[in-house]
Formats: sequence, C-alpha cells, structure tokens
Amino acid sequence: MKELALHILDITQNSVRAKATFIEINILESPVTDILKITISDNGCGMSKDVLKNVTDPFYTTRTTRHVGLGLPLFKMNAIQSGGSLDITSEPGRGTTVEASFSYSNIDRPPMGDIGGTIALIISGNPEIDFRFSYQVESKRWSVDTTELREALGETPVTDLKVVKYLKEMITENINELNEENLIDDKY
Amino acid sequence: MGKLKSLADLKKIQEEARSKLDLRVKGDNPESLVQIKVAMATCGIASGAKEVMNFLVEELDKRGIGAIVTQTGCMGYCYAEPTIEVKLPGQEPLVYGFVDRKRADEIIEKYIKNGELVDGIIPVNYEKIDQ
Repeated sequence: MKELALHILDITQNSVRAKATFIEINILESPVTDILKITISDNGCGMSKDVLKNVTDPFYTTRTTRHVGLGLPLFKMNAIQSGGSLDITSEPGRGTTVEASFSYSNIDRPPMGDIGGTIALIISGNPEIDFRFSYQVESKRWSVDTTELREALGETPVTDLKVVKYLKEMITENINELNEENLIDDKY
Repeated sequence: MGKLKSLADLKKIQEEARSKLDLRVKGDNPESLVQIKVAMATCGIASGAKEVMNFLVEELDKRGIGAIVTQTGCMGYCYAEPTIEVKLPGQEPLVYGFVDRKRADEIIEKYIKNGELVDGIIPVNYEKIDQ
C-alpha cells in the first residue's frame, strides 16, 4: 500500500468481517518523540491464540474465496521497514486491537495519504457499524464519532452522497488545523 | 482563516439532502435507489478501489443520481480488481471488473443511466478452476 490511510481502510475491513458493532480508530502523530501510531480496535469476535499466531503469515487466511491474506502482513512489513512494529491483541468474544507504530521521520514510512476521504468512506460504507475516529498531533486532539454524527444527521442516512463528501472535507480540514496549530506552537 | 467545518453545519446539509431525497424516494426505500458495492479487501484497495469509490460518490452526487455506495469484502475476483457490484432498482446485480475512473464513468453514463451493458462484466456462473 502506498499510503497509511489505505492500510487503515484494509485493516478496518477485518473488524467488519469479525462482526464488530463498534470500531475505534486512533492516530497519534508526534514528530517530537518521532512516533506515528495507528490503533484500530473493535468489539468483534476476536481470535484464539492459534489464529493470532498465524495472522501475520501471508499464507494464512480465514477466507474461503482465496488462499492468501496479505492485509496484516503488508501492514507489518511497512511498520518494520520504517523502524516500527505491529502488535495485535485479541480475545475470543471480546474483540481485537491492532497497533502499528512507525518511526515518524523514517524515510521509508509511507505518507498518511487521504485520511479524510478514507474515514468518510469507512463510515458511509459500513452504515450499520458505529465508529469513533480520533487524530492527535502532539497534545492536540480532534475526534468524531458516529453517535454524534447520527444525531446531527437526523433521519438522513450516513450513506447520503452529500454527507459523505461533507465528512471527507470536515475530517481533512480539522486534521490540517491540528497540524497548523502544532507548527505555530513550535515557533514559540 | 475560514471557519472549520463541523457537525453543527452538517444540519444544513442534512436538510438540503433530505428535501432532495423526499422528491426522489418518498421515505426510506433503498430499493428505489441504485446500490453499488465496491469490493474493498486488500486486493481491491491495492488496485485502487478507494479511488473508484471516491469517484463514484462524487460523480453520482454531481450527476444527481440517487445511489447508495457501500463496501464489501473480496468476492474472489482478485485478478479483476477493482470490482464493483451494481444493482439497479428491480434488477439482478451485475459485477464489473477492472473498474478504473474511465470505466466507472462509462458504467454511470451507459449502464446506470440507460441500462446499456458495458465491457468488463464478470459472469455470475464464473467459477474458479479448483472449485
């Protein structure tokens, strides 16, 4: 994957397949401590220890439509290549958490990419699932969740095309603002 | 610098969307909308499914077509990604393979608007060799 946002899109799909009803996506960007961390946690069906041992093996998959499963292995590869790591914790019946950390300044770290568009598509593409998304740059944080989103929307579905576009712009703007605020703080 | 977009402003959009939707469907009846599923597993994403989904969302809205665009997993046609399933109201769903912006545009203009079939259909009876 060329962008971290695409990995997020991909790994979130695992949670969807695990029948999660709530998925949390957290991103932490900290140039000061040289860390970029992505955490995706869900309340889906979870995995047993045996399955957990195998998930980062590219030739392991729970799918029946094909014989390889590259989502987690590719994510892990990118994390390790850029001086980071990938940790997965899971408990059957409770859910799964995937945490990938990257060295922020590493030249091999893929760019974040279109995170606004990605989150908007994740939310609208899975209307029956609740999401919380938060983005943190150093100590400044912005978050949005589908409960407040549904409240604001009233009866309009999250799949409405205008809503999807608006969400994308809203998320992108607010993240850019976090980055700008951080730059201003840096100066003083 | 301008004001940041927030959920509060979404209310306005919502009212706008709602009034348009009412004219079109009268209440919640997803059956009367075009339903598109974009295959978004690792294979799809790596071949550009997100681009295609973004394109579909933007263009369908611009061209005023009532549609729901959602995601689905891998349908087993990894060789033909990005794939999308298009279901016109009252018709059987069709799966299109190798969908890039150009083909997505063609699907909107020809298939969704006029019901003409476009290149790239994956037949339903297609099965993998080992099955």
